[in-house]
Amino acid sequence: MKVAICGIGLLAAGLVGWETSRPILAGRQPYQPEGVPDPEAVLLPPNERRRSSDCVRWAVQVAQEAIAQSGLDPRQVPTVFASSGGEMGVFDKLCRTLATPERLVSPTLFHQSVHNTAAGYWGIATKGQQSSTALSCYDDSFVAGLLEAVTVVWVEQSPVLLVAYDLPVPAPLYEARPIAAGFAVAFVLDLPSEDSSIVLQVRLEATCVEETVCLKDLGLDRVRQGNPAARSLPLLSAIARGGGRTVRLNMLDSQQCILDLESCHI
Amino acid sequence: MLPNVKTMTPIIISAYTLVTANGRGVGPILQALRERRSGLTPCDFEDVALKTYIGRVAGLEDFSLDQDIQRFDCRNNRLAWLGLQQDGFMVAVAEAKQRYGAHRIAVLMGTSTSGILETEHAYRARDPQTDTLPVGYTSRYRYTHNMFSLGHFVRTCLGIHGPAMVISTACSSSAKVFATASRLMHAGLCDAAIVGGVDSLCLTTLYGFAALQLLSSDPCRPCDEDRDGLSLGEAAGYALLESSERVNKYGAVALLGYGESSDGYHMSHPHPEGAGAICAIRDSLSRAGLRPQDIEYVNLHGTATRANDLVEDKAIYSVFGARPACSSTKGWTGHTLGAAGVTEAIICALCLTHGLIPGTLNCQRVDSSLKSRILRENQSGSISYVLSNIFGFGGNNCSLVLGKL
Repeated sequence: MKVAICGIGLLAAGLVGWETSRPILAGRQPYQPEGVPDPEAVLLPPNERRRSSDCVRWAVQVAQEAIAQSGLDPRQVPTVFASSGGEMGVFDKLCRTLATPERLVSPTLFHQSVHNTAAGYWGIATKGQQSSTALSCYDDSFVAGLLEAVTVVWVEQSPVLLVAYDLPVPAPLYEARPIAAGFAVAFVLDLPSEDSSIVLQVRLEATCVEETVCLKDLGLDRVRQGNPAARSLPLLSAIARGGGRTVRLNMLDSQQCILDLESCHI
Repeated sequence: MLPNVKTMTPIIISAYTLVTANGRGVGPILQALRERRSGLTPCDFEDVALKTYIGRVAGLEDFSLDQDIQRFDCRNNRLAWLGLQQDGFMVAVAEAKQRYGAHRIAVLMGTSTSGILETEHAYRARDPQTDTLPVGYTSRYRYTHNMFSLGHFVRTCLGIHGPAMVISTACSSSAKVFATASRLMHAGLCDAAIVGGVDSLCLTTLYGFAALQLLSSDPCRPCDEDRDGLSLGEAAGYALLESSERVNKYGAVALLGYGESSDGYHMSHPHPEGAGAICAIRDSLSRAGLRPQDIEYVNLHGTATRANDLVEDKAIYSVFGARPACSSTKGWTGHTLGAAGVTEAIICALCLTHGLIPGTLNCQRVDSSLKSRILRENQSGSISYVLSNIFGFGGNNCSLVLGKL
């Protein structure tokens, strides 16, 4: 299956926005993980932004960056949101409340606990009525989301917005899922056309290799290993370096997703 | 809502099973539907002091998972395990593995809260000095509460090596797995798929829906003029999906169409005119290559909240008028949230197979403001095409069309 990549959004410490991050991902500038981003996610209505979680703001921030590059109307673009754990910060607050004798759960916090919270807020912000999916595949959530997104493009003949994100897990839940730094990435995928500058061929193979170091920059590779959404970094790096390249991403313990970048002149 | 929805190739539902409050396997739920016997009972879950009814699956406290799958042990995965043992489903999967190979079968599961009950318990057992969680919990988070735990568990139990994911879009989760399975099969990434949904009772949903003032203090009464909220339930359901080009199953039940949409309106209130729901219904009909008048029965989302039933009625009436028989089966099972999609798809499969249209249980007087043809009593007679609606938080909608080939 071939798809075109027509927009990319990126947010992590030291990787703020796709255009700014490209020289770093291409190895032309050193990676310096400085500062924790605090995205504005301007697309969110002010009252929604005020009460939204970090997950929502990070996801919306990269989604709006990718959509803006694609030039597409977000209302015409179905979405796939991939996250390993979803709203871990909300779970922390809910479970603290449920551990008190009164158990006075906030109704807002409850509806923000669903795995499709970011997807739902994106839909509200854009008034989008297209299909929207939220999914998880633990550490391989990005590649699972990519498979879902690519098949939507291919089968439904429609552009798709793919967003993958995982945010730092607060204590004490951190001991159960030690994710220390946030990472969010978005791709707008579409059917390839003559104008497509990045074309990706996607296939599955029934093999699996032991994961070792994937990225030359060891700092970036630590980011990749520390956050499920950052498993997208080898693909982002290949796109930033340009030209024909192949990226292999493990899908669970039994398959690999092979991504052949066929052209890459941007 | 997609611009050019094309007709899809039907997908055979070659095996299925369901565990609800009504019992283990499809036999008990079919009998309960025929005898109009609800599975809802006054809430006795843990120490929950809410005046409400629940559809609780009996016996989940009475066993734990075997040694080799012990790390997955939690209420949700026990329910998942119980589901796998019913109706010869494991045998059907073993046969499919022979036909296609373990790498060519996908596992696509839906849940809304996974094993969050484990985390709720762990937070109550925090160390008062250090605020840390019990060590026995932290090493098992991945296998219990994490959203993918259910998918990991099912593919481990079944020895399946194909693509796997858990879809979690609140209540629509295990309806959307049918759409994802259809796409993966169509794209050639797998030859068959095990789809399903498992959601179990927990404090998060009980107190959460109570906080939203959406829990009825009585057994839920869908479409009733005095309905005052939903009853929560728990369920595990599975279906084995195979291509109609690979298995010739004349008379088998098949997935004919699916439609997915968003409201883009509010996290917990449906769009007032049901705009998103209408898109999902229309797309499901287009993919099935059917006209509205072909649908003989609509299994409503029908949660029995004031807003859902009213808005769903508007959507149904605007697409179908008052022609097809409509009912909600939540009065039997309760709202099983992330398992509702597969629960009601399997109920629809049973209706198609046994020529049964269940009337809405607990609906004494149909709300006079509803315009659709809401059925109160059971009907029997051969039916060919049914539609199932599922709508969830975040304004996430999915409609499925099932039929007999």
